[in-house]
Amino acid sequence: MWAEVALILVKLAIGLAVLLTTVPIMVWVERRASALMQDRLGPNRVGPYGLLQPVVDAVKLITKENLIPGNVNRFLYLLAPVVALAVALSTFIAVPVGHDSGLTLFGYPIQGFIVAPHLNIGILYIFAIASLGVYATVLAGWSSNNKYSLYGGIRASAQTISYELAMTISVVGVLMTAGSLDLGTVVTSQTGTWLSVLPRWNVVPQLLGAITFMVAAFAETNRLPFDLPEAEAELVAGYMTEYSSMKYAAFFMGEYVHMTVSAALITVLFFGGWTLPWVDVGFTGWGGAIASIAIFSAKVAFFLFFFVWVRWTLPRFRFDQLMALGWKVMVPLSVLNFLWVGAAMAAGIL
Amino acid sequence: MVTPLFLAAAVVAVMFSIFAISLRNPVYNVLSLVVVFFAMAAIFALLGMDFLAAIQIIVYSGAILVLFLFVIMLLNIRRGDRLGSGRRLQALLGALTAIGLGTLLVWAASRLAPTGGASLPGAVETGTVVPIGRALLTTHLFAFELITLLLVAAIVGAVYLARRESQ
Repeated sequence: MWAEVALILVKLAIGLAVLLTTVPIMVWVERRASALMQDRLGPNRVGPYGLLQPVVDAVKLITKENLIPGNVNRFLYLLAPVVALAVALSTFIAVPVGHDSGLTLFGYPIQGFIVAPHLNIGILYIFAIASLGVYATVLAGWSSNNKYSLYGGIRASAQTISYELAMTISVVGVLMTAGSLDLGTVVTSQTGTWLSVLPRWNVVPQLLGAITFMVAAFAETNRLPFDLPEAEAELVAGYMTEYSSMKYAAFFMGEYVHMTVSAALITVLFFGGWTLPWVDVGFTGWGGAIASIAIFSAKVAFFLFFFVWVRWTLPRFRFDQLMALGWKVMVPLSVLNFLWVGAAMAAGIL
Repeated sequence: MVTPLFLAAAVVAVMFSIFAISLRNPVYNVLSLVVVFFAMAAIFALLGMDFLAAIQIIVYSGAILVLFLFVIMLLNIRRGDRLGSGRRLQALLGALTAIGLGTLLVWAASRLAPTGGASLPGAVETGTVVPIGRALLTTHLFAFELITLLLVAAIVGAVYLARRESQ
């Protein structure tokens, strides 16, 4: 039993390390890619291609004065960034990252490349924890005792609650075809072909669901074109206005970790996880396991780049447009996807 | 392994439910309630009711308590000045009723407690999602449909109440 606990702790440590390492890498990618898209150079002074820039940024943020404004509610003000980062980090444990063909380590079964194996409620766990992210923004906005912060907090929570609905409904179709809430089963249900020519990735038969899920993921992570809660032109920095140094960095890291988890979810739910289209790779032994993790990571990396790509391509929405899109377009479209999957399953073509 | 985890969750639940009614700042009350629901979700999970645990957090912590928090923040309710300013007789009667109900609850719970440890139908390894889904769409289909009707009525009512008067 203790071996099992130790195994989970090791997986947790590796998972956290990888997640937190993606943050500086993504910051560098974001800055360099945005520069590329705007015909600039971007940070290129520190290290080769400016690769060490995030390290320097981190040192700057850590050594900055830890300023707490006078009129804030101290306890809640300090609690909010902790909640933001903790919520973002704890969703990752239900995401399977590679194929496990009954491998053992020192005689103990690894039980899949996932921190929490046998979690029957898989995706529901992720939605449950992610729904708590609202507290971080609401508390940050309210406790800062600043109008811009409060507006940012209210916008963030209205946006998250609205898009959560479309996100959840768009996943229902995937769960119906997989017949399980467990994300490992969702991945294995996407092997083979559909209508004997197309790859059986959920994005093919459920394109509508994939699109609504991805749009909702942008809104949930507060990324452009939906970054209304921190719209600089209107709200200074929204709910983060009064935060500086590491407290600001905690929000920032939370946002990037949330983005990574969203990219992983898009991969698992709609793009077949670690499977390849058409070819059915067995992924046996350690070589297969490493190959499956590499395929999964490549897909996640692509969707992370997609987040950056969209951010520097599209302008920001207006807040009423955002809410109208969420309720009048995204929710009906996701319901339509759900109906299509039901009809297709009844007709036996899915 | 399960017993110490249960005890920890139970102690947290009791402690924070006391905070939820005794702290003077309404925002802290709501946040204490969030912790209580989390501890309850942990107890559900320990009983093997993983689905209920997730629903507990999604519905209560993720949705209903956020609304509570919103109302408190937007109305900008100050510290609970009204607490403890009531009449003596009221306080006495309230305390007596609370003690009576508490005794009744403990007595009822002691009568209901299973002797061979708690185990719920359809729990353990298989999880609870499939049994609950099956029960909802077979045995309790009629009640399930009635509840959807009730929810639709509630939504229509909410939209009616919240609509803007148009000239």
